[in-house]
Amino acid sequence: MKIAVLVKEVPATDKVKMDEKTGTMIRSEMESELNPLDMYAIEEAVRVKEKIGNTHVIAISMGPPQAINSIREAIPMGCDYGYLMSDKYFAGADTLATAYTLSAAIRKLGKFDLIFSGERATDGETGQVGPSVATQLGMPVVTYVSKVEKISDGIVRVCRSVEGGKETVEVELPALLSVVKEINEPRIPNLSGKIASKSKEIPLLTAKDIKVSSDKVGLSGSPTRVVKVFYPKLSRDGKILKVKNVESAVNELIKFMKERGVI
Amino acid sequence: MLPNECKGIWTIGEVRNGEINPVSYELLAWGRKLADKLEIELSSIILGNGIKEELTELFHFGADVVYAVDHAKLEHFLPDVHARIYEALVKEYKPEIIIASATTYGRTVMPILAAKLGTGLTADCTELDVDVRERILLQTRPAIGGNVMATIKTPAHRPQMSTVRPRAKKPLTIDNSRNGKIILKSYPPEFYKSKYRWISFEKDESVASPIQESDVIVAGGKGMKDGGNFKMLYDLAKKLNGAVGASRAAVDMGWIPYSHQVGLSGKTLSPRFYMAVGISGAVQHIAGMSSSEVVVAINKDPDAAIFKVSDFGIVGDALEILPVLIKKLSNEVNENG
Ligand SMILES: Cc1cc2nc3c(=O)[nH]c(=O)nc-3n(C[C@H](O)[C@H](O)[C@H](O)COP(=O)(O)OP(=O)(O)OC[C@H]3O[C@@H](n4cnc5c(N)ncnc54)[C@H](O)[C@@H]3O)c2cc1C
Ligand SMILES: Nc1ncnc2c1ncn2[C@@H]1O[C@H](COP(=O)(O)O)[C@@H](O)[C@H]1O
Repeated sequence: MKIAVLVKEVPATDKVKMDEKTGTMIRSEMESELNPLDMYAIEEAVRVKEKIGNTHVIAISMGPPQAINSIREAIPMGCDYGYLMSDKYFAGADTLATAYTLSAAIRKLGKFDLIFSGERATDGETGQVGPSVATQLGMPVVTYVSKVEKISDGIVRVCRSVEGGKETVEVELPALLSVVKEINEPRIPNLSGKIASKSKEIPLLTAKDIKVSSDKVGLSGSPTRVVKVFYPKLSRDGKILKVKNVESAVNELIKFMKERGVI
Repeated sequence: MLPNECKGIWTIGEVRNGEINPVSYELLAWGRKLADKLEIELSSIILGNGIKEELTELFHFGADVVYAVDHAKLEHFLPDVHARIYEALVKEYKPEIIIASATTYGRTVMPILAAKLGTGLTADCTELDVDVRERILLQTRPAIGGNVMATIKTPAHRPQMSTVRPRAKKPLTIDNSRNGKIILKSYPPEFYKSKYRWISFEKDESVASPIQESDVIVAGGKGMKDGGNFKMLYDLAKKLNGAVGASRAAVDMGWIPYSHQVGLSGKTLSPRFYMAVGISGAVQHIAGMSSSEVVVAINKDPDAAIFKVSDFGIVGDALEILPVLIKKLSNEVNENG
C-alpha cells in the first residue's frame, strides 16, 4: 500500500505566554513545530504500515522552506519519505488553495490508497484542509476518526468520535481519514532515527514541479480574504472572593449565578 | 457562481436520530439578523428520513422557506450523498450565503461542499455581520488558540460559506404564528449511491449531552485530586443541566475521557456558563474557554491565572466547596418546585 500523511508546520504552542497587562497571549514569532495533532495522523499511518506490511508512508507538507523541519520530525516516527511543497506562489493560501496544492502534489506523487490528516492545525484551527483535499482528489473522507478497525478488500472500517458517542462506518479506498487525538499514543522517536533523518533528502517541489498554475494557488487562488485582525482582551475584571466561611462563599456564588441567569 | 446571480441566506439544518437538532434553530437566529439587514429570504435546508412532520417548527424559529429532502437513504450521514444533494440544491437555487453549525456534521459536509463549489469557507465563526452595500458577509473567528480574532470575507465567489460555533447564539423566541413555504425536493436513485456504509452508533453514556453543545460546563482539573471526586462535578452539572469538561492534566491522569478535554488540543467552546474547578488556567486551557459568556473559577491558589479570565472567583478548597454548593442548589430547586 501507499499512504500519505499531511503534516503542517505551526507556531510552537508551548511557547505561548499571557501578557499580564493586556490579558492577551504572546507567542514568540521564531519558534515553530510540527502541528501536535498531526503526530496522531503519522502514528496511525505507521501503525497501518506495520500491520499490513509492504507499505510506504510518505509525509507531505506545504509551507515555507523551514517547514522542512516538521517533515524531519515525521520521518523518525516511521515515515519513509517526505516532500515539501514550497514556492513563493503558495504564500497566503486559504484552505481551498492549500488543499488544491496538496491534492495536486498527491496526484503527482502517485496513487495512494490512504491519506491521513490531523483533525485540525493549532494555528488556523479550521479542520477543513483534510476534507477539501479528499474532495479535490475525488475520494471520500472520514472525519473525527478515533479508531481504524480493519482494512481489507479495498474497504476500511473506522470509528468516528461524534456528539454523544461513537459511530462506526465503512468506506471504500482510496480514502482520506482525518484523525482525532484519542486514536493512539504517538511514539517517541529514538535518537538514531532522529540523526538519520537529519541527512535524509527531502525534495522541495514548486508550482512548476507539481504542474499547478500560479493563479490557482496561494493568495490568488484563495476565495477568502482576511480583512481585519485584532487581539481580544481575555482578562475579565471579575470579583475574587477569599473563603473564610464556605457557607457564605457558596451563598455569594449562588447569588452571582442567579444574577447572571444561570439558575 | 458570481455575486449578482445569487440571492438568499441558507442555514444547514441538522437531523439526529430522526429529529431536528436544536442547532438548526440556533442557525436561524444567526441568519435572521443577516436576512433582515439584506432584506432577503432566510431558508433552512433539511435532509433526513421521516422529517416532514417537524418542518413547520423551522418557520416558528425564523425560517421563511424550508427546502427538504426526505428519503430512507438519508437516515444516516453519508457525506458523499449529503454533499451531492446540497450541491444540486445550490446550483438550482443559488443562495448567496450558507451557514452551518461547527458540529462534526457541519465541519465535515461544509468543506466538502465548498471544495465542490470552488468557493471560500470560514470555520467556527463567533460573529457574523454583513456589509449591506457590498452584500458581503463579514465573518469573525478566533484563531491561534483564541489570542487573535480575524475578520474574513469572500469578495468574488458565491456562495459565501461559514460554520458558526454551536451554542454561541440562542434560538429566537418561538413564534407559532409564523409560517412559510416548504419546498420538498426529490432526486433520482443515482444521487443516493455512496462510497460509505453506515454500520452502527454507540452512545457514550458518560455524557448526558456532548460538551460542545452544552450551555453550561462544569470543568475539573488536577486540583480535583482524584477521579472519584469528579462525581461531584457530574452531580453539579446535572443540577445545572450541563456537562462536565476537564483540563488536559485531568484527562492525562485518566480521570475522565479525552472527549471532555477543553483547550488547544481539546474542544473549543463558547457556553453561556463555564465553571473551572481546580484548574490553574494554563494558556492552552484558556484557549478553549475564553469566549464563554460567564466564567466562574474555584481554586486554592489566589494567584492562579484562571482568575484573570473569570467573572467571579472563589479562592478556596474545591473539595470543601463543591458538596456545599451541590446541597444548596438542591434546596434551591426544591424551593422553586
Ligand atoms: C501542545 C500543548 C497542548 C495543550 N493542550 C491543552 C488543552 O487542550 N487543554 C488543557 O487543559 N491543557 C492543555 N495543555 C496543558 C496545559 O499547559 C496545562 O498543563 C494544563 O491545562 C494544566 O491542567 P490543570 O490546570 O488541571 O493542572 P495544574 O496546572 O496542575 O493546576 C491545578 C490547579 O488546581 C488548584 N488546586 C489544587 N488543589 C485544589 C483544591 N483542593 N481546591 C481548589 N483548587 C485546587 C491548584 O492551585 C492549581 O491551580 C497543553 C499543553 C501543550 C504543551
Ligand atoms: N500546509 C499544509 N501542509 C500539509 N498539510 C496540511 C497543511 N495545512 C493543513 N494540513 C493538514 O490538514 C489538517 C487540518 O488543518 P487545518 O484545516 O489547517 O486546521 C492538518 O492537521 C494537516 O494534516
